[in-house]
Amino acid sequence: MSILVNSDTRMIVQGFTGRNGTLHSEQMIEYGTHIVGGVTPGKGGSRHLDLPVFDDVVTARRETDANASIIYVPARFAAAAVIEAAEAGIPFMVCITEGIPTLDMIRAKDAVRANGARLLGANCPGIITPGECKAGIMPGFIHRPGTVGVVSRSGTLTYEAVHQVTQMGLGQSTCVGIGGDPIIGTTFLDVLKLFNDDPATESIVMVGEIGGTAEEDAADFIASEVKKPVVGFIAGRTAPPGRRMGHAGAIVSGGKGTADDKIAALERAGARVADSPAGIGTTLSELLAAQN
Amino acid sequence: MKIHEYQAKQLLKQHQIPVPRGVVAVNVEQALAGAQELGDGPWVVKAQIHAGGRGKGGGVRVTRTMEECRQAIEAILGMQLVTHQTGPGGQQVGTILIEEGCDIAREIYCGMVIDRAREKPVLMASAEGGMDIEEVAATRPDAIFFEEIDLENGLSEQAARSVAARLDLEGKTIDQFVDVVCKLARVFVEEDCSLAEINPMVVTTSGDVIALDAKINFDDNAEFRHPDHAELRDLAEEDPRETRASEWDLSYVGMDGTIGCMVNGAGLAMATMDIIKLHGGEPANFLDVGGTATADRVTEAFKIILEDPDVAAILVNIFGGIIRCDLIAEGIVQAARETQLQVPLIVRLEGNSVAEGHALLESSGIHVISADDLADAARKAVAAAEGGRG
Repeated sequence: MSILVNSDTRMIVQGFTGRNGTLHSEQMIEYGTHIVGGVTPGKGGSRHLDLPVFDDVVTARRETDANASIIYVPARFAAAAVIEAAEAGIPFMVCITEGIPTLDMIRAKDAVRANGARLLGANCPGIITPGECKAGIMPGFIHRPGTVGVVSRSGTLTYEAVHQVTQMGLGQSTCVGIGGDPIIGTTFLDVLKLFNDDPATESIVMVGEIGGTAEEDAADFIASEVKKPVVGFIAGRTAPPGRRMGHAGAIVSGGKGTADDKIAALERAGARVADSPAGIGTTLSELLAAQN
Repeated sequence: MKIHEYQAKQLLKQHQIPVPRGVVAVNVEQALAGAQELGDGPWVVKAQIHAGGRGKGGGVRVTRTMEECRQAIEAILGMQLVTHQTGPGGQQVGTILIEEGCDIAREIYCGMVIDRAREKPVLMASAEGGMDIEEVAATRPDAIFFEEIDLENGLSEQAARSVAARLDLEGKTIDQFVDVVCKLARVFVEEDCSLAEINPMVVTTSGDVIALDAKINFDDNAEFRHPDHAELRDLAEEDPRETRASEWDLSYVGMDGTIGCMVNGAGLAMATMDIIKLHGGEPANFLDVGGTATADRVTEAFKIILEDPDVAAILVNIFGGIIRCDLIAEGIVQAARETQLQVPLIVRLEGNSVAEGHALLESSGIHVISADDLADAARKAVAAAEGGRG
């Protein structure tokens, strides 16, 4: 078991024939992800990487019976690609693209919600269920199948956390990079709910960052609902204050958003927070040993 | 991207939002001529820098006579203005705005931002005009009124009227307030703002609404839609290293420590700064080289890091997901040679093609301190930086 993606995932790639789409499609196929085709407007009917290319998502879905999409479309067109997939009835989409305007993301998320779909990202490394499905840009070889659910706002810091977990001799149920933008499709809270309900996930690693209050919201849920062991890490303790968002940005959250606030919230919720980004794996290992 | 008050006001004026009459000047003659053009005073002389807190720092003066006005202009133009947002060095004032004074009956706060929790832009308004909204939020959160802004339909008139009522506005002031906030919401959406703030929004003794101060930030990700914003950029307000870094698609933020950092990925870059501090060192910068680090970009990153005279060691931390470690290693070798690197270089590579990366570094002949993992890298960097100093 796992969350969101597995060996039954039938994925199409939007932005399939572009440089990024091609590079990462090759790597996903090599990992074993079941890619069933791709979409590039104007190139419908051709083949790429020995797979069919379609002009639009509606056709791609009809012809391939895809149940997921991964988006490598450039920033200025990416939100439209998300909306197209949602309206075409794709239930789950992963948007890797970085640099999408915030207002575009608000529109995209509204469309995703209206169509009952789920979006992961944007500006994220994607999601991987080790040994079954890699939907993203992460290096597949650092993962191994197991029972630790990993969720993170970052890209390479997620790899760092996963690598440490693997080095402890543990594997992962699913690893989810939710993305670092202010407006994202799937939040910490959403992923924690899924991990909490997933019988294959026995413990959870959550890697957060300064800014916003998503970690605090997640902490509330951990406190009330999560019985599985949770290890946290929050990056940005040393980030200079005031550099991350403009004047009134923090106001809506009522002064929350610092690393110390987030660490305190997680600890109050019963999570074990690693002091050092190098101590995520050992903290988890110690916590699990103490429980057995 | 931030813009100046006078630029924000020009934008508001284009959208028929009332602002005080004013003139912009970059020298004393121009400023005096402008003041005369405005009439008999009083005049408000305002330093144009991006940082807030200008009034407290002496960058805003109300003057009653032309002589006072001249003195204020001479004092403010060219001054090194220090506020709580500029840092101790302050920011030099190159441009001033001179405005006619107005009779103030009330000051209101009015701002628009993206609310992450609601996932919508929101209007925030409060009766505590002129005050920092952060302070109001911390002490009296109930005194701030929120209304959501719809991306297609803007701020509804009904919502704006409801806020006007909660602010106890009366008579024609209500209509003017509703008009201004609805137009501001349009500016926010049309111009892809991340912040649009009128603070204070003034109600004059005759009941008219005027934007006495204005602050607008744009969403950097949306700049491709707004080529006209480029001319609003003021390079004098930016750290030249950050500007150069951004030209190379590098994300750099200067700090006060001694260990220069080059990392791929923002989260890992922050974590690298954290672990340096945890081991007793101080980071000199945040630098994210991103996912496509070519040799030229790595070289440029090294040059930018080394321009900081406090840097006593460089720590490179790369977790190769998209990028291959051997390509990064090539970049490091080129960068070390081109910059004739004198400070210790600590390199931690992990991930994609890591063995090839290490081999390349070892055979290069440049002196590299290899680290096994993140903690090892931090320890070695802190020791090297201290050794280099002592």
